[in-house]
Amino acid sequence: MAILETQELTYTYSAGTPFEKTAVDHVSLKIEEGQMVGVMGHTGSGKSTLIQHFNGLLQPTSGKVLLDGKDIWADKNKIRDVRFQVGLVFQYPEYQIFEETVFKDIAFGPKNMGLDEAEIKRRVLETAHDIGLSEALMERSPFELSGGQKRRVAIAGVMAMEPKVLILDEPTAGLDPAGRDKILEHIKAYHQRTKNTILIVSHSMEDIATFADKILVMNKAKLFCYDDTVNVFARAEEISEIGLDVPQITKVFGELKRRGLDFGKEVYTVGYARDLLLRNLKEREVQ
Amino acid sequence: MEKIIETDDLYFHYESDEEGNIPEDVLKGINISIKQGEFVAVLGHNGCGKSTLAKHINAILLPTGGSVIVDGIDTKDEDKLFELRQRAGMVFQNPDNQIVSSIVEEDVAFALENLGVPYEEMRRRVDESLKAVGMYEYRLHSPSQLSGGQKQRVAIAGIIAMQPKCIILDEPTAMLDPQGRKEVLAAIHKMNREKGITIVLITHYMDEAADCDRVVVMDKGEVVLDDVPSKVFSQVEKLKAIGLDVPQVTELAWELRRAGYDISPEIITEEECADAIERLFA
Repeated sequence: MAILETQELTYTYSAGTPFEKTAVDHVSLKIEEGQMVGVMGHTGSGKSTLIQHFNGLLQPTSGKVLLDGKDIWADKNKIRDVRFQVGLVFQYPEYQIFEETVFKDIAFGPKNMGLDEAEIKRRVLETAHDIGLSEALMERSPFELSGGQKRRVAIAGVMAMEPKVLILDEPTAGLDPAGRDKILEHIKAYHQRTKNTILIVSHSMEDIATFADKILVMNKAKLFCYDDTVNVFARAEEISEIGLDVPQITKVFGELKRRGLDFGKEVYTVGYARDLLLRNLKEREVQ
Repeated sequence: MEKIIETDDLYFHYESDEEGNIPEDVLKGINISIKQGEFVAVLGHNGCGKSTLAKHINAILLPTGGSVIVDGIDTKDEDKLFELRQRAGMVFQNPDNQIVSSIVEEDVAFALENLGVPYEEMRRRVDESLKAVGMYEYRLHSPSQLSGGQKQRVAIAGIIAMQPKCIILDEPTAMLDPQGRKEVLAAIHKMNREKGITIVLITHYMDEAADCDRVVVMDKGEVVLDDVPSKVFSQVEKLKAIGLDVPQVTELAWELRRAGYDISPEIITEEECADAIERLFA
């Protein structure tokens, strides 16, 4: 069953002025519950505008957004509930930290939901564990932590609301390779525990290849595709043409195919490439 | 070729705290020598000291031990500070923090005005610099209307207008999307190729480093590798141990070698990787 659905969603900025611009143009898609989705698109492709519709930060100019089958704008007074169910983590979320202690900062969202103390504590500690923040840090000031730790505190704050859908806008921006891998691993740990739907906006197809079940690509305000990861990588050339980065390894296998060496599979991770090549080399040796 | 940047047993630590405790050294005896016209990438994880090193090149920080000589000037020589900063310009990570004017061409002219460069000369240099980074047609725009990549190119134009001998860029593409990254890198490479400006590029992106003449890898305040990209990236295990990546093609070649196949460990481009795989199946 689709947890999140858009029907002919359209959003126009500054409608009726000379600056009128349609940022999202008749987008219809269905995101199934429990999936890890990679969201890609050039700057200005409309992806940020699209994701801001998912938790009701923007209201469609026309079309609908359905959460669990219900139009989120059916009752305007209930839009706050939607924000508890669809959590949005912005870019560089560490700038939004404000509490005195790490615990209080993570607890802020759950508290606003009106949960009791015991439940708040359970959620804070469980999410802190998922995101790799030790209990010893809970009473520290978040401002004393490293940049990477601060970012994890901010992400945990949204996770602790246990939203049905968690959306992260470039959670790894500006981090070094080890910091990037760590954040992605922690998000995966949270996903495995909660089985909630997760959308991650990223410019790096190499990163997306490591976690996504499905990929959503926006281009010029339209939905370019929403499909299984393997099918999206099969369109590597088109994706490259709309200005997105295709993993280096995918390009190599594209080049080999042009040279007449076709392995018949889409390759987008190094591990898969190694296994595929080793299997083929062994088969040749047997022959 | 002439040396442009030379560090001699460079040590640095931040100031001691209220109780007089001296913090740990951030740089621990760095010896590097960079020639005029070289394109050098500096890699390392967060906190390894690479930005601290960069800030020593144009005297934002001064050594607590050893020395840094840039184009013959000792960075400790206060009398030559302005001359030094004119010869070695710096571009930072966040484009929004380095733009000061409300019109692109005024921003590029900012330093020249401060230096008292005559109008005609200033006009010529500003136009030339903006053309060099492909931003001439935006000269009358407001920087607030530009993309991140365009803003970074304006920042680079502002540096080029000072006619420096070297430019240090501290993760200039970290906050940009793939398109912005490409634009900025193309501009940097062009400066190096056409004007012979020495480039020191601090980055987390292995593909950016793979395109340089030389890669310096730092860890815990020390230089651990310093060689051409193909040699540096062939040290897959060492790089992974200090939390760095290698390009995907290098990693694949390394994996195949480990499985017993005869393939060069020094593969860093897609072309080289495709050639090598083709040979294995020949």
